[in-house]
Amino acid sequence: MNTTTDRIERQIQIKAPRSKVWRAIADAEAFGDWFGVALKGKRFVSGERVSGNITYPGYEHVVWNVVIEKIEPERLLSFRWHPYAVDPSVDYSHEPTTLVVFELEDAGKGTLLRLVESGFDKIPAARRLEVFRMNSGGWDQQMRNIESYVAAH
Amino acid sequence: MSPRTNPRAANTPRKRVAAIRRTLRNRTLQKNASIFAALGDPTRLRLVAALCTGSALSIAQLTSGTDITRQAVTKHLRVLADAGLVHGVKLGRERRWELEPSRIDDARRSLDAIAQQWDQALTKLKAFVER
Repeated sequence: MNTTTDRIERQIQIKAPRSKVWRAIADAEAFGDWFGVALKGKRFVSGERVSGNITYPGYEHVVWNVVIEKIEPERLLSFRWHPYAVDPSVDYSHEPTTLVVFELEDAGKGTLLRLVESGFDKIPAARRLEVFRMNSGGWDQQMRNIESYVAAH
Repeated sequence: MSPRTNPRAANTPRKRVAAIRRTLRNRTLQKNASIFAALGDPTRLRLVAALCTGSALSIAQLTSGTDITRQAVTKHLRVLADAGLVHGVKLGRERRWELEPSRIDDARRSLDAIAQQWDQALTKLKAFVER
């Protein structure tokens, strides 16, 4: 369909050798540390499901649940998941998944990390609304700004 | 900042703003819901994709090469028009249909929200590795 609505692409330059960046992504516990999910004692194995609770305050009830797809040491790691599957009362298992791919490449003295999440065009329309609900944080902040402005004037 | 526990605060600016906030948020959600409902159909998505080239197309052009009837396309265009995704334009005696790009931008914003979360996650990863 339309690549502008189907995928997200991001890249980031990291001042560290590729092996070090790779460990932060491929080592489940390290991944959990920066991503905010409890993965102590877990391992990423291609073809296997791995899950853990989100550690971000207020979202501890949300279970992060992915199936590792590909692991190519120091180069690529990918998994499939249900994006924004944050409502514990909803069974997302029959919905299509999106594919998340981390790719590493040497860049000067550091590492270039490329992230692609694709498959959004297949996500049911109603579910995409979750994204708006989740994103209401930014809107809340704006409204708080107006609120304090109104209160002060 | 005082907590919002005062029951007599109904007419404070704070309460009024809270009410405005709820209304605005509901309106945004309703608007986006109608956009996604309109897009949540393969025929209509195909119409939007055809109109994505930017030119205004007639019903004949929109149905050529497909097995969709004129009547069906007209019905689908009506749904898209109601959601504000397309609008009709008169070209001489012919009626053509054109995309309303700002509504597609609304739909794109949901992806932007996810992208923003990735930005945060990747920034944390960078800090984690570089520390």
